[in-house]
Amino acid sequence: MAFTAFSAQTSAAEPAAKRRSPIALFLLLPGILYLILFFVTPLISLVITSFQEPDPVRFGSFVNAFRWENYVIVLETYGEQSLRSAGFAALATLFALLIGFPLGYFIGITLRPYPLLQGLALVLVIAPFFISFLLRTLAWKQIFSDEGPIAGVLGALAILPPGQAITGTAFSVIFGLTYNFVPFMTLPIYATLASLDLRLLEAGNDLYGSPAVTFRTVTLPLSAAGVMSGTLLTFIPAAGDYINASREFLGSTDTTMIGNVIETNFLVLQNFPAAAALSLVLMAAILILVSLYVRRSGTEELL
Amino acid sequence: MRGFGKWAIWVYASMAFVFLLIPIVYTIVFSFNDARRTNILWRGFTFDNWLNVCDAQTVCQAFGNSILIGVVATVLATTLGTMIAIALVRYRFRFRNTTTLLIFLPMTTPEVVLGAGLAAQFLQVGVPKGLGTIIIAHTLFCLSFVVVTVRARVASIDPALEEAGRDLYGNPRQVFWRITFPMLLPGIVAAALLSFALSFDDFIITNFNRGAEVTFPSFVYTAAARGIPPEANVIASGVFFLAIALVLIAQLSAAARRRKLAATT
Repeated sequence: MAFTAFSAQTSAAEPAAKRRSPIALFLLLPGILYLILFFVTPLISLVITSFQEPDPVRFGSFVNAFRWENYVIVLETYGEQSLRSAGFAALATLFALLIGFPLGYFIGITLRPYPLLQGLALVLVIAPFFISFLLRTLAWKQIFSDEGPIAGVLGALAILPPGQAITGTAFSVIFGLTYNFVPFMTLPIYATLASLDLRLLEAGNDLYGSPAVTFRTVTLPLSAAGVMSGTLLTFIPAAGDYINASREFLGSTDTTMIGNVIETNFLVLQNFPAAAALSLVLMAAILILVSLYVRRSGTEELL
Repeated sequence: MRGFGKWAIWVYASMAFVFLLIPIVYTIVFSFNDARRTNILWRGFTFDNWLNVCDAQTVCQAFGNSILIGVVATVLATTLGTMIAIALVRYRFRFRNTTTLLIFLPMTTPEVVLGAGLAAQFLQVGVPKGLGTIIIAHTLFCLSFVVVTVRARVASIDPALEEAGRDLYGNPRQVFWRITFPMLLPGIVAAALLSFALSFDDFIITNFNRGAEVTFPSFVYTAAARGIPPEANVIASGVFFLAIALVLIAQLSAAARRRKLAATT
């Protein structure tokens, strides 16, 4: 065991072993071509589509143009939904962190003396991945529904005003987003805490640090990388999600997010330029946020 | 204070586990509901849904499509991704940073954007949507995850082992298939399982590129407005039990190996 761990370290820290070779080209070419064909050119397609204007002759189709007003129009029309997406995603990320950090700490540090329990706890965290995402979300919808147990109890306690539903509100959408992304937050935090040297915590204790001080000065900085990848893995998909906020699931017309708007414009209204412009706005916003965040945290190696 | 902290984290973690498991338990319980049409209210226990899953033909067909798409996309993504991962760790080449960026960008792109982009391209080129376009889309988003997973494994292999193979007059093909590949295999298997799981449960990208084809998640989405037949719960629960069994077997065999290793040293 010790031997493999040691060799892993040396090979990772030894880029000198890398060679130039035509084999590299053979290994890279198929995958890179695939990415160019099905990731880069679709993005170019989106850019082209986002500037199109309605065909003056054939109703419902679009011709290439340079109609940059499309961007102004979608931002004016859907500014509210865009801001709501950012707010919902940020809150869901925060709640996922409040649940995921203690959970990652529990599995990575508290359960470390019990490997079998640790393994089982990890299985429980990834268990939601194995059952359909949509069915899990629908399960919450039914639990929260007017006939469901939660509404009954809250109604009886007079916490929930009569006639007020739980589903279809900002609360239920943020709840659903939080639920869906907690594992994505927990796993990277667990991974960094699982390799944290427990002797460091003992040292903090020996130096008369209170548990709170040791936590703030030792545990927290050492788990920063996990927290960072966890927040990215939660925020990015949450900002673009349209399942939780859709009317058939946990949302209503009052909770529409940018993902819903893109979907409706593309697949229902067939207003492709609007959908394309919004997609690019979303992508640009996320890329800017991510690069700012990564630069601030100073761990650029992550990406 | 310390004692209280220890106690509190056990309670908090247990509550978090309950939170994670509630909808799973709900889905499984309602696969046994004697539901007839809509599976919303509990009407009594039955095994019928499990015994006659394919009575709801569309559910079964959608499930079959999802398996087919998942297998093909996994094979494609795992092959392409493993090749890239080996190249990234083992070789020097020009445009290295551009290549890395190209691989990681799809992971930071929201699914709606990936889906809408591909759909816009298929529309412009005039490709009809169907199983083929779904497979293309799934291979795309699985590819980056395969590269990340396998790359970690390649980085942990000591290059000296391959050098030893070459010193012993192994030709490149022998060195690859006898040394590199077997050592990479756990990483490749993990990447393939991840790909399949991602593909099987994907809805957003699929919905943009499926045309009239129905996958299991898209069936659930469409049926959500009218009520999900309990057969969908049966399939989801079956997949869940199978996956959990596989993971538990892997965990237990790893534990057994640890014990054996500890006994021999």
